[in-house]
Amino acid sequence: MAKVLSNMPLAPGIYLLTVEGTYRARMGQFYMLRCWDSYPVLSRPISVHDISPESISFLYRAGGIGTHLLAKLQPGDSLQLEGPMGRGFPEPEGRTAIVGGGMGTAPMLLAARQLPEAQVFLGFKDAPFGVSRFQDIHSNVTVVSGGMIADHIDPACYDTILACGPVPMMEALAYKTEGSSAKLYVSVEKRMGCGIGACNSCAVTINGTVRKVCTDGPAFPAKEVNWIDLLSL
Amino acid sequence: MISLACELAGVRFANPIWAASGTFGFGRPYADLYPLRKLGAIVSKGLTVRPRTGNSGTRLYETPSGIMNSIGLENPGIRAFLERELPEMTTYGTAVIVNLGGSSIPEYVEGARLLDDYCQWLQASGQKAVDMLELNISCPNVKEGGLAFGLDTEQARKLVKEVRQATSLPLIIKLAPGARDLTEMARMCEYEGADGVSLINTIQAMAIDIRQRRSVFDRAYAGLSGPAIKPIALRMVHQVARAVSIPVVGVGGISSASDIVEFVMAGATAVQIGTYNMMNLRAGDTLAEQLIDLMNEEGIQSLEEIRGII
Repeated sequence: MAKVLSNMPLAPGIYLLTVEGTYRARMGQFYMLRCWDSYPVLSRPISVHDISPESISFLYRAGGIGTHLLAKLQPGDSLQLEGPMGRGFPEPEGRTAIVGGGMGTAPMLLAARQLPEAQVFLGFKDAPFGVSRFQDIHSNVTVVSGGMIADHIDPACYDTILACGPVPMMEALAYKTEGSSAKLYVSVEKRMGCGIGACNSCAVTINGTVRKVCTDGPAFPAKEVNWIDLLSL
Repeated sequence: MISLACELAGVRFANPIWAASGTFGFGRPYADLYPLRKLGAIVSKGLTVRPRTGNSGTRLYETPSGIMNSIGLENPGIRAFLERELPEMTTYGTAVIVNLGGSSIPEYVEGARLLDDYCQWLQASGQKAVDMLELNISCPNVKEGGLAFGLDTEQARKLVKEVRQATSLPLIIKLAPGARDLTEMARMCEYEGADGVSLINTIQAMAIDIRQRRSVFDRAYAGLSGPAIKPIALRMVHQVARAVSIPVVGVGGISSASDIVEFVMAGATAVQIGTYNMMNLRAGDTLAEQLIDLMNEEGIQSLEEIRGII
């Protein structure tokens, strides 16, 4: 069992949970979190927001039963962490852009930390949240509130783009990068059971074959993604 | 010193706690988490002769105390399993049970023969093979799926009879909770030469997305599993165990040592853990020890002592 160091609201319904301990993760990987016994049945897959030698943190929205229970955690409380799960983002080549939209900014802080040369783009439907943590470690942070983040990115300026956000945002980026030499990788979501590749629940069609978000992803090359597949979460 | 070792259809198991089909892949996903020899057996993901890509749309949905799934028997096909998965599966130090699905009697028979031939070849060359076949006549999630056989005793009889003839492997039949007459179904399996029955598979269920005004699942219905179905599974195991003299393997929402004791008291020789593997990825690491602890507390010397006492 791991111990909660802090669990602070950053915006209405959005929390930053920091857990004590030495953990490892590469950008885009996630952990399965659980702070309850048998209800809800499944643990919750939450991407790693940040990591330090003494702690790991997760940025999440209290949307359903599980995340509401997570939101009640107090410093000193214990919870279970299993991970890191998934392969995360691949190592980018050349000039890199990091793009996060809304809750999709959560996994991108670790990417920003691991890629100090990259340019960071953060998009929000309403008021931005968690931006200062990016600005603390990065000088190249563009923040857009309302509107389309894709409008602010010129794919010709990058060799690699790493993105996570709502499906329409990632799809817009995918259209925009078509015909450019930039390689776009998107981190996707599906309802997940085990997180370790055993239950085949989080299947997505990638390049015409069925893959698992948990162990084959959650990041995939955008041009191999079947977007319709991602609409039924 | 309590021993959990047990025998079923001539196969020795280190303990009666097996990983249920569909929740455990072929073992590999869990092999990094704990030594799989702590389980009595691993039942493979349901296999069919030809590879299947599984169902479209939402495949998983959480309910109070349960989950619904509509995976649709996604699997690499029996040949790919035998070549790519079985060699590693036999190294875990636990029994290997293959769950066989299909959509027609010829397909099931072809699958059973393939397995049988390959296992005979493995054994002849001194290699470990499959220990048992679990015939899935109860998957609710494929069109014309096993469930078409699992509801009606006479439909199922033709299938069980032919598969029995097609394999020399120990054979257990996984029964559907929706069978029109479950005890009659189990007695038929015994009569046709099955070595045991396992029950229950998931219960057909439904969820509706009220905003989209459609079923959550593309195939309308899905299979409910988890703690929600345990009392139903327990009742069915109790009924079947009293109706047949072949061993009964209890499955359905088991998530503690005391659940296991309940199923044994209802008549089960072994149990399978399904959804609980997802609730606790390391479930199989501790359940056997927890069972021994509980037996010590309750003064139970052996599982035989309490089997079917209710």
